[in-house]
Amino acid sequence: MAIYTLDFERPLLELERQIEEIKKGGGADLSKEIGEIEAKLADLRAEIYRTLTPMQRVQVARHPRRPYTLDYLRMVFADFVELHGDRLFRDDPAMVGGWARLDGTSVMVIGHQKGRDTKENLRRNFGMAHPEGYRKALRLMMLAEKFEAPVITLVDTPGAYPGLGAEERGQAEAIARNLIEMASLRTPILTAVIGEGGSGGALAVGLADRVLMFENSVYSVISPEGCAAILWKDSSQRERAAEALKITAKDLLDLGVIDEIIPEPSGGAHTDPEAAATALGEALKRHLRQLRKLKVEKLLKRREGKYLSMGALSEK
Amino acid sequence: MAWFKKERKPRTSERVKLEIPADAWEKCDECGHIDIKDRFVRALNVCPNCGHHRRIGVQEYVDLLVDEGSWHELDLELKSADPLNFENYRERLQAAYKKAGPLDAIRTGFGRLDGMPIDLGVMDFAFMGGSMGAVVGEKIARLAGRSIAKRIPLVIVSASGGARMQEGVLSLMQMAKTSVVLAELADKGMPFISILTNPTTGGVSASYAMQGDVILAEPGAVIGFAGPRVIKQTIGQDLPEGFQTAEFLLEHGMVDMVVPRSELRDTTAQLLRHMTGSRPAEAAD
Repeated sequence: MAIYTLDFERPLLELERQIEEIKKGGGADLSKEIGEIEAKLADLRAEIYRTLTPMQRVQVARHPRRPYTLDYLRMVFADFVELHGDRLFRDDPAMVGGWARLDGTSVMVIGHQKGRDTKENLRRNFGMAHPEGYRKALRLMMLAEKFEAPVITLVDTPGAYPGLGAEERGQAEAIARNLIEMASLRTPILTAVIGEGGSGGALAVGLADRVLMFENSVYSVISPEGCAAILWKDSSQRERAAEALKITAKDLLDLGVIDEIIPEPSGGAHTDPEAAATALGEALKRHLRQLRKLKVEKLLKRREGKYLSMGALSEK
Repeated sequence: MAWFKKERKPRTSERVKLEIPADAWEKCDECGHIDIKDRFVRALNVCPNCGHHRRIGVQEYVDLLVDEGSWHELDLELKSADPLNFENYRERLQAAYKKAGPLDAIRTGFGRLDGMPIDLGVMDFAFMGGSMGAVVGEKIARLAGRSIAKRIPLVIVSASGGARMQEGVLSLMQMAKTSVVLAELADKGMPFISILTNPTTGGVSASYAMQGDVILAEPGAVIGFAGPRVIKQTIGQDLPEGFQTAEFLLEHGMVDMVVPRSELRDTTAQLLRHMTGSRPAEAAD
């Protein structure tokens, strides 16, 4: 726990230390005393998490212990078979996907994948996909369409990778193609933002019939740091940018961009991955059942209608 | 040594100063070539010496691509509603209205190209860097909707730094919005020609700009997903010469042609004739 304490969680540390000390002391039965402190700890944690600022939520969304796509694949789905490669250039480890089973039926699950440690993060490029990642995702979506299986995407990326090779191989084209193909994919698409929804790199697998978001996830057109650097030439103004950009799950629900917020265990998904997985699984199943009842034509009409209505305008 | 001393004539003020207006000459930013302004203008603002394509305005592209007298502009009243109440955005919008006009970062309309009806959208880089917010998304959606309903080919000239940050995730969603309507256009078999000018990056390049049936680019235009500055920061070194230019994209198979401005009109017309030409005449209902 203590290894990755976020700055706003420091008050919790003191209580945790007290519990440790009592336990170490041993001797008489101290379970009552420990129980009291633990209750206090839970209350304080709940209180802290109830009032997180947008930037603090960004920190939770980026927490190094937060469950990632492959964790949810293990906890929520059964019978996962990972598929690899875009058939054009290479396999991108920043994007994973394959067949899995949910609620008794086969689905195609696709998601960004971050690494747990430095070595894995280098391999997975911190969850920032290259064009081949998006092209692999599209290939798998088309496979799902062919066999009439729904597509479930899990979004967790700082953004599409801005590097030489990515540009050379058409990062913009890869994202653009995914968007236009997902717009008319003849099977249900269900998206859950499980961590960071980083701009075009997130949307490239996030154009969907329903979009769900974990309570402490964020979804933004630009990172708070990037926004602050551009607007105020000062990336330390990220708190201000995070506030202004309206990036929390609650904001996105209010803006009509997402359909539902998935509650997280108190203290964030990383404190109780199993509970987070249960909540995710329940929400995915429920929405999938609803989507599967719709005829494809109606599904596509609704998908189009939903996105056509997005954006606030005035017209005299 | 007076024998080789040249007798200086007193300077007279007889010579009348030629009245050259200060703005008669122009200099090319790329090669430094100096020429009469009129020669730049007649060459569609392409340097007569090095061929560098300067940025031109929306009206110039409309004049270039649309037959004289056939242009009708659409959706003149759409304005951003500042959905996030974003710090300073209203002031920036007011400044942009003053600088670039009241039509946000794209102007849309219909007209004829070599007699063929087209729907045309031209982005305006002068308006907040051509950034795409809800107005740009809506104008494109309506324009493409018109193409679908009237069965008219669509042409969009892009120039943009990407999504408009001040509209937050709603500006990101304009990528999805334009994509759903362009998917329907594609489904209906109507051609969409995308013309990329300097620069076309970010959310615009990662949506409709790269979704053309045919993608044309102006010489030297910077085209990419991430801007050059961001990439430089990421990789911590300078970018190779010519990286992310139209020519680089052509070489890497990302655009169909690099077309000099002087040929843009004819090339677009030629392509549209091909893409609509082999269809049998529509049966009368």
